[in-house]
Amino acid sequence: MAGTLAGTGVMVRLALRRDRWMLPLWILGFALIAYSTAVAGAELYPDEPSRVAAATALNATASMVALFGRIYDPASLGALSLIKYTAFMTAILAVLMVILTIRHTRGDEESGRLELLGGGRLGRDAPLVSALAISFATSILTGLLSAAALAVGGLPGSGSLAFGLGWAATGMAYSTVAAVAAQVTASARAATGFSIGVIAVTYGLRAVGDLAEPGPSMWSWLSPIGWNQQIRAYAGDHWWVLSLPLALCAALVPVAFFLRARRDLGAGLRDERPGPARGKLSGVLGLAVRLQYRVLVAWCVAFALFGVVIGSLVGNVADFLASPGAQDLMRSLGGRQALTDAFLAAEISIMGVLAAAYGISAANHLRSEESAGHTEALLGTATTRIRWAGSHFTVALAGVGLLQVLTGVSIGIGAAAALNNADLVGRSTVAALAQVPAAWVLTSAALAVFGWLPRMTGAVWVLLLGLIALGEFGVLWNAPEWLMDLSPFRHSPLLPVDADGIPALVALTAAAALLGALGFAGWRRRDLAA
Amino acid sequence: MSGRGTGRSLLTMNSVVEMTGVVKRFGTVTALDGLDFEVAAGEVHGFLGPNGSGKSTTLRLLLGMLRANSGSIRVLGLDPWHDVATLHRRLAYVPGDVALWPNLTGGEVIDLLGRLQGGHDRGRRDRLLQTFDLDPTKKSRTYSKGNRQKVALVAALATDAELFLLDEPTSGLDPLMEEAFRGCVRELRDQGRTVLLSSHILSEAEALSDRVSIIRAGRVVESGPLEQLRHLTRTSVTADVARVPVGLDLLPGVHDLVVTDHRVSAQVDPAGLGPFLQALTAAGLHALTSQPPTLEDLFLRHYGPAGSFEAARQ
Repeated sequence: MAGTLAGTGVMVRLALRRDRWMLPLWILGFALIAYSTAVAGAELYPDEPSRVAAATALNATASMVALFGRIYDPASLGALSLIKYTAFMTAILAVLMVILTIRHTRGDEESGRLELLGGGRLGRDAPLVSALAISFATSILTGLLSAAALAVGGLPGSGSLAFGLGWAATGMAYSTVAAVAAQVTASARAATGFSIGVIAVTYGLRAVGDLAEPGPSMWSWLSPIGWNQQIRAYAGDHWWVLSLPLALCAALVPVAFFLRARRDLGAGLRDERPGPARGKLSGVLGLAVRLQYRVLVAWCVAFALFGVVIGSLVGNVADFLASPGAQDLMRSLGGRQALTDAFLAAEISIMGVLAAAYGISAANHLRSEESAGHTEALLGTATTRIRWAGSHFTVALAGVGLLQVLTGVSIGIGAAAALNNADLVGRSTVAALAQVPAAWVLTSAALAVFGWLPRMTGAVWVLLLGLIALGEFGVLWNAPEWLMDLSPFRHSPLLPVDADGIPALVALTAAAALLGALGFAGWRRRDLAA
Repeated sequence: MSGRGTGRSLLTMNSVVEMTGVVKRFGTVTALDGLDFEVAAGEVHGFLGPNGSGKSTTLRLLLGMLRANSGSIRVLGLDPWHDVATLHRRLAYVPGDVALWPNLTGGEVIDLLGRLQGGHDRGRRDRLLQTFDLDPTKKSRTYSKGNRQKVALVAALATDAELFLLDEPTSGLDPLMEEAFRGCVRELRDQGRTVLLSSHILSEAEALSDRVSIIRAGRVVESGPLEQLRHLTRTSVTADVARVPVGLDLLPGVHDLVVTDHRVSAQVDPAGLGPFLQALTAAGLHALTSQPPTLEDLFLRHYGPAGSFEAARQ
C-alpha cells in the first residue's frame, strides 16, 4: 500500500502552492458571508414577532420552500437568517469542492502534469489521496471558520457549530462524489459536469421532499443537501444527522480507489466516442459559440427556472413584511402596486448582477484560450487579433442580453400567473433589459484587464464580489456615498422603467463601450502571452 | 569566407524574410539581441539552435504575435505587426507547441484553420490525412503529441501559402512520419514555395535545407549554404598506410592525430586536407575513409566550450 501512496506529501504541498490564493479566498469568503448574514439578520428581525411573521410567511410559500427549504423553529433568529445558506449556499460550496477535487485529479491527468510527476517516485493513489485531503481540509476549515464567524456575529454557539459542521460534512461528501466521477468519465470536463449534475439532482430531490406536508418526506433523506437541512441548526441541532454525509464519504472513498486501480492513467471507465471527420465551423465566431454554448444554455435554463420561481413569489410579498410598521411604510409608498414593483425590481437587479458574472466568465474565455495556446494557432491564420477577441466578447455581450431577456420574461410570467396580470411580462422584461448596460460594464472591464494585464484576469471577479458586497452590506458598513456610486449596478434604472432612466442607460453603455475600446487597444499592442 | 558575408550577399536576392538588428526583450531577459536574418524566395531554410536560443521568439515576431523592441522586420515585403491579415493569407504556420481544443475532432480543427486561412483544397487535405495516417474523427484530447502535431501539419500543408513557417515540425513524429513530412517539404520546394524550418535536430535540417542559419543566444551566428558552412569544420579522415609517415603532426590544420601501427586517423581543417593527403599518399596509401562534417560538428563548434567557435573561424 505504501508504494501506491508514495509522494502524497509532495502532491499536497504542490496543490497548496498552486491554490495558495484561491483556497484562502474561498474559506474567508464563506466566513465573511456567514458573519455579515448573522449581523444583518439581527438588524432585519429585531424581535420575536417579526421573526415568527417572516418565518411563517416563508414556510407558507411553496416556491420559497422549494428554493431554500423550511424553517423548523419560527422563533429562531439563526434558522431564519441562514435560510438561504442551508441549502443554496451549501450547493455552491459543493460545486467548489467538486471543482477543487477534479482539478487535482482528472484535471492534472489531462494536462499531462501527473504523467510528468508520475515518472518520479509517485504512487498510483497519491494524487487521489492528496486531492481528497485538500478538499476535506478546505471543507472543514470553511465549516469551522464559518461557525466561529456566525457565533461572533451574535448567533448561539451550539447552533453555529452545528451549521458549520453541516457545511464541512456536506462539502466532504460531494468531494467524494467528484472523486468517483473522476474515475468513471473520460475527461475532466465530463467529470465536473457529472458531479454538478449530481448536485443539481440532489438539490431537486430535497425540494420535492421539503414541499411535502407537513415536513420533509423521504426524498429529502435521499439528498446530502437535504441532510444538511435536517441538521436543523439553531432549531434543535440534530447532531446525529452529521453521521449521514460522513457515512457517504466512508462508502464512496473506497469505491474511488477501487475504480482508480482498474483504469489507466488518462483513461476513464467510459470511452470517448468519435466525432465528425469534417468541420462545419466557419470562423472564429462560430468557434467561440461552439466553445461556449453549452455553458450558456445551462445559465439560460437556470435563469428561466429561477425567474419563474421568484416571479411567482410576488403574490406573497405582503406577507413577508407583515409587521405593522412595514405595512404603514408600504401604504405611504403607494400601496400594493409600488410594493410589487419594489419586490420585482430587487429580484431583477440581483439577476442583473448574476448576468454580469456570466459576462465576466464568458469574456475570460479570451485569457484561458490564450494561455492554453489555442490563440497562437488561430492568429497564425489570416484572423486578426480584433476579430478573434471580438468573437468571445460578442458571445459574452449577447449572452448577457439573452439572459436578461429570459430573466424579464420568466419573472414576468411567474408574477403574471401569481397576480393574474399579463401586463407584468412586458414591464419586467423592460426592467430586466435596463440592467444589461451595467452588466456590460463589468463584461467590458474583463476585456480591458485581458488587454492590459492578461495575467490578472481573476481580478475582475474580485471587483464583482467587491461590488456585490458593497451593494449588500455597504449601508451596514457605513461606506461613503462616492464609493457606493462607483458600482454600475447602483445606476441601473429600476422598475418601473420610464424615460427618466434613459440618460443613465446611455452613460452606462458609453462606459462599457469605452472599457471595451480600451481592452481592444491594449490587446492590439501587447505580446501574445502564454 | 565568414557566415556573415554569405548573409550579406543575399540582400541582392529576392528576400522573403528580412530581419535586421531585431531586439526583443521580455522584462529583463533579452531573447533576441540584434538579430539579422534572411530567407530567400523559394528556398528551404533551416533555422538551427538549441533550446532557448530564440527560435520560437523569432518565428512569433515574424507572425506579429510579438512586437520587437527595435530593429526592422519584413515578411513577404510586409510589416508583420501591422499587415497581419494580408500577410497571413499568404503564409502558413505550425506552432512549436500544438495545443488543440480538447472537444473538437482533428478534422474539425483542420477545417476550421483552413477556412480561417481562406480555404483548403479538399483533395489535398484528404491526401495529407492519408500520408500522415491521421484519424480525423478522434477528439483532440485523445491525440498523442505526435498526432496533435500531424493535425497542425495537415492544416498548414493543405493551404496554398507562399511561405511556410514551421516551428520544430517533426517533434513527436516517428521516423516513418518524419520521412512523409520530408516528402511534403520537397514537394513544396519543387512548387517554388519558401519554407522556414526551425529545428534543433540537425539531421532534419541537413536532409532538407538549401541553406541554414544558426542562432545562439539571440543572434544569428552563421548563415549560408551547407557546403559553405562545412568550410568551418574539419573532415574526419581514417587511412591505412604502408609505413607511418613522420611529421604528420607538424602539418598545419591537422588535429586529434592518432597513429596506431599502420592506421592513421585525424580531424583535418579544409585548408590542411591537400598536404595531409599528399603525405598519406607518399606513405603508401592502402585504404581511405573520410566523413564530411555533420551539422553536429558545426553545432559543437558553436555551442561547445567558449572560444572554440572563434578558434574554428581562424
